Amino acid sequence: MAEVQFSFRDGASNAGPAVSLADFTAASNAAAVRIEPGEDARTLLPNLANIALVEVNFPSHMDGRGYSAARVLREAGYTGELRAVGDVIVDYLGHMRRCGFDAFAPNVPLDTADAEAAFGRWADVYQATGDGRAPIWAKRHG
Amino acid sequence: MYRYDNYDQQMVDTRVAEFRDQTARRLAGKLTEDQFKPLRLQNGLYLQLHAYMLRVAVPYGTLSGAQMHVLADIADKYDRGYGHFTTRQNIQYNWIKLEESPDILADLAAVEMHAIQTSGNCIRNISSDQYAGAAADEIVDPRPYAELLRQWSSFHPEFLTLPRKFKIAVIASETDRAAMKLHDIGLRMVRNDAGEIGAAFYVGGGMGRTPMIAPCIREFVPLDQLITYAEACLRVYNRYGRRDNKYKARIKILVHELGAAEYTAQVEAEFAHLLTQGIEPPLAELARISAFFSDPAFEAGASDTLDLSDPAFALWVERNTHAHKQPGYVIANISLKPVGGIPGDASAAQMHVMADLTTRLSFDECRVTHAQNIVLPHVRKADLYGLWQELVAADLASPNLDTIEDIIACPGLDYCSLANARSIPVAQKISERFAGNGKTAELGELKLKISGCINACGHHHAGHIGILGVDKKGTENYQLLLGGCEGDDTSIGKITGPGFDEDGIVDAVEKATNVYLAERAEGERFLDTYRRVGMEKFKEAIYG
Repeated sequence: MAEVQFSFRDGASNAGPAVSLADFTAASNAAAVRIEPGEDARTLLPNLANIALVEVNFPSHMDGRGYSAARVLREAGYTGELRAVGDVIVDYLGHMRRCGFDAFAPNVPLDTADAEAAFGRWADVYQATGDGRAPIWAKRHG
Repeated sequence: MYRYDNYDQQMVDTRVAEFRDQTARRLAGKLTEDQFKPLRLQNGLYLQLHAYMLRVAVPYGTLSGAQMHVLADIADKYDRGYGHFTTRQNIQYNWIKLEESPDILADLAAVEMHAIQTSGNCIRNISSDQYAGAAADEIVDPRPYAELLRQWSSFHPEFLTLPRKFKIAVIASETDRAAMKLHDIGLRMVRNDAGEIGAAFYVGGGMGRTPMIAPCIREFVPLDQLITYAEACLRVYNRYGRRDNKYKARIKILVHELGAAEYTAQVEAEFAHLLTQGIEPPLAELARISAFFSDPAFEAGASDTLDLSDPAFALWVERNTHAHKQPGYVIANISLKPVGGIPGDASAAQMHVMADLTTRLSFDECRVTHAQNIVLPHVRKADLYGLWQELVAADLASPNLDTIEDIIACPGLDYCSLANARSIPVAQKISERFAGNGKTAELGELKLKISGCINACGHHHAGHIGILGVDKKGTENYQLLLGGCEGDDTSIGKITGPGFDEDGIVDAVEKATNVYLAERAEGERFLDTYRRVGMEKFKEAIYG
């Protein structure tokens, strides 16, 4: 299991190891769950209050389903740790952050300086994604 | 036309810096080609047969004179002195060096241009009606909505790794000049019974190996919900579009497999949810954008008289101009289809000429069309003869718009790494054949479209006559299709039968046109006759 390399949370999660969605829904009391690309994040919505960590797996950086999973969870009010795991590469960090991820555990550790540059790349954004950033249209119209 | 504010400029400048950094990391070996590929694609950079190809975005096909001049300069400075206008209203350059590409993006950014999301599995450049703002039949200019969508779709973090590419077109006229129903999403701006403007959403159209005509999934989305509805369409696709097979990954397959009703139900549920999320820009933003698209300062009472005593000019006027909403003005089309030429290509010198004409005679605005031609949308009739003379001098006055010489063709095997067969020589031979036998005029409107492979970049499914190049045991072979149409009565062409070699396909096209000339009723176009008499008569003539 890859280590968390970047976190925007105060302190590490101690929710324990993440269980699969199948195990979680089969009467688990785990506080950490892992979602694979084909799985519906909305399955978790009835139990969000009991979850402290959701890992969203990216087996390939080309598979973008995890971005929607992240937004679905945040839009439903989930405030726990949302961790991107798997084939997480530098050039997508900023976009993942915008979709609500606040922790990153790449399979292959990333160059720290490149990652810092990627997180800070965009001074402004065009869309509202629920990440708290005011989009350009909001700034234009005060 | 739309002008960037500091925010827009900063976004594009940031993208240039980001791509410069990515290119440097690639050249330093910090990014693998596998990792770099989607990043360069989203900046328009393809690796083709002979070199890198760069595709530059022309949002909804609109350019200023200064922008066209820079496109010409890029052709001279970084390429071989020409560029290729594409079926998505963009321009591409075929001989680009990777290490120079960040500099090209910087040159583009200096005139408010970019290559953002012109390729890759993301929302591509938004296309529109090339006569927007000039046509008499539009209910509103579609481009403000296209610009709103451009900003929303640029760097949208949720939708940068979709199952497959995603193309959106926006129109606002009765006449569909943008093949709207053959897009992943087509928006038709409409007026409801209360007189309010909104958008009808057509979702799941496309060409490629499985051509589909998009069903309308909602008749009316109000203007203050456009982005939210589009986001709902995209989210359902991103979550449930197929990723197991790239040939089944477009949204048309999802809509087809779920059925339009079930896809619509899922979109509506997501839409209801997203309406609570505050993601829609205020109408004030749409008003801000719309102000850029107000009418230019047309001369009141401009003369409607045209002196047509020069027969060559009269022919060009008849073929290449279109009625303008403003008295005394006309829409002028510049054909990039000289007989025997490469469809859509223009030299740097020709681009400079078109740029000058744009600035002097068309309120500093021109358009790229999906048929790979250029439009000067706002020309005073009094200036038309002089304009035409300058076009003649630059070899830009081919009087063949919408005729069999006005061929759409993809780059084909001459350039493209995906192609199975060459498209360009077939286009050249067909235009030479019909210019030579003098039948072009008699055939009238006849849209012929050629693709060099099943991906259908040359829109062969939508041609009145379509040609598809395939690989048949190592040799180039061409299938003939009849009866496609991209317009309001959208239809998909049908294959006539066994394919032909390069000369055989040219003969087969001529035989098909002979059937039309023999069978046509008063006022019928080729397409109308085909639809009335059916495929059999054509097959008999072609294979008999």
